[in-house]
Amino acid sequence: MGAPVNWPARIAWLVFALYFAYALSHLQLTPARFIAGLDFGYKFLAKLFPPDFQRWELLLKGLKESLEIAILASVLGLIISLPVSLLAARNLMPAWVTWPARMLMVVCRSFHPVIIAILFVKAVGFGALAGILALTVASLGFLGKLFTEAIEEISLKQVEAVRATGAPFMSVIAFGVAPQVFSRFIGFASYELDSNLRNSTMVGIVGAGGIGGTLFAAFQRFDYDFVCAIILSIIGMIIVGEVLTHVVKKVFRA
Amino acid sequence: MAQNTDGAALVIRSLVKAYVRGKPVLNGITLDIASDGITAIIGPSGTGKSTLIRCINRLVEPTSGEIIFAGRNLVTLNRRELRAARRQIGMVFQEYNLVERLTVMENVLSGRLGYVSPFKAWLRRFPPADINEAYALLETVGLTPHVHARADALSGGQRQRVGIARALMQRPKLLLADEPTSSLDPKTSVEIMTLMRDLSAQRGIPAIVNIHNVALARRFATRIVGLSGGAVVFDGAPDALSDAYLKQIYGGESWLDGHSENDSD
Repeated sequence: MGAPVNWPARIAWLVFALYFAYALSHLQLTPARFIAGLDFGYKFLAKLFPPDFQRWELLLKGLKESLEIAILASVLGLIISLPVSLLAARNLMPAWVTWPARMLMVVCRSFHPVIIAILFVKAVGFGALAGILALTVASLGFLGKLFTEAIEEISLKQVEAVRATGAPFMSVIAFGVAPQVFSRFIGFASYELDSNLRNSTMVGIVGAGGIGGTLFAAFQRFDYDFVCAIILSIIGMIIVGEVLTHVVKKVFRA
Repeated sequence: MAQNTDGAALVIRSLVKAYVRGKPVLNGITLDIASDGITAIIGPSGTGKSTLIRCINRLVEPTSGEIIFAGRNLVTLNRRELRAARRQIGMVFQEYNLVERLTVMENVLSGRLGYVSPFKAWLRRFPPADINEAYALLETVGLTPHVHARADALSGGQRQRVGIARALMQRPKLLLADEPTSSLDPKTSVEIMTLMRDLSAQRGIPAIVNIHNVALARRFATRIVGLSGGAVVFDGAPDALSDAYLKQIYGGESWLDGHSENDSD
């Protein structure tokens, strides 16, 4: 026998176990509550099926809007992220430039897209515009961060050689920086499109356009068979989106 | 600003570079580089050879001193004037510094970036004359079959040939080379040095070459400058570089035994 007892770790485990038990009891999560919940779930599932596609026009309109929100927000987010991430790259820019650019991206990233969507619904009114703006902001936050990190990992030797030819700054970016990050940018952008596709189905719940609004309304009217049709359609759209981003990556050999 | 360059391609006066205040790497270098021939700079690692060569095109900012090139003091140029000066100074690097993901052709054409607008650079729209010249240069360095290969598909020797073609593409008035053969095997090193010597002679471009291989320096240079402790301790013809000077430059002497056999070739 010999290994010394790690008392801090033991105490940490004990505290964690106590907190877990407290949280369970506080939220009244008893086995009886769980079984009652299963019963609700069973009834809900029974009402979901069979799905009802009779209002397919409404469904299609919502899906189309979601898709448009996702694509427009991704493209706008991408276009804004490119210059902002360049300004934020610490290996190419002085600190007084990178700081504000980084702050902007942190602010964009600090809220969930739905919270940003609520703000934009209040600012510009109900509809797709609020959704597009919300997801553009969210895209800037994430793409900006990923792009910045990619730029900061490039080989500066290649940049130095282009700089030594007397090339102007934007040409140094074109020949020394862009080729080194291009394929990673394509990967990140297609990932963001994928993520925006998911989020665009959700911003509708707070009135920012897309299929989410239709889904929320159907829930409130207890049209569970229509809810099921919407959910299945969303799954279909996400799968199509997955295939699309895969194709995009392949085309650009990213 | 001193204008009397006396036919020299480059005049360096009292050049000091200190990365850390009070600890200069270059301690008052003064050199005149003639308008032709290869000047080899030798010296132990960490003695500031790379710093010296990078101070000339200001990839490293000099602390003080003057560098007169084409009648102007490079040290005091603003960004715009510096870019104009850099166009006339070609540079070859130890690790080639090619843009790996671009083709050989694009890498060579990047030598013209100082003359092409950024907009055209993004669209890869180079003047036909430049493209023809790039083809001709690639033929000269023996890379015609690889024109459209990606730079990262080439061997070390081939990459350095691209590096030389890129530097010459600038139609430079001065060629800088920072340890151009250090990443290459002995045979390729000789090939690369031969190419540099022949091309710089043909085009009348003076070259300054950092090199730590003394035998290569002796064989290819028209003049050797020995640096030690950030100062010039030898400056003369290759024949004048005696063992006594080598001892002074590198310190010690046991390494001198039989150095003529185990150096390259």
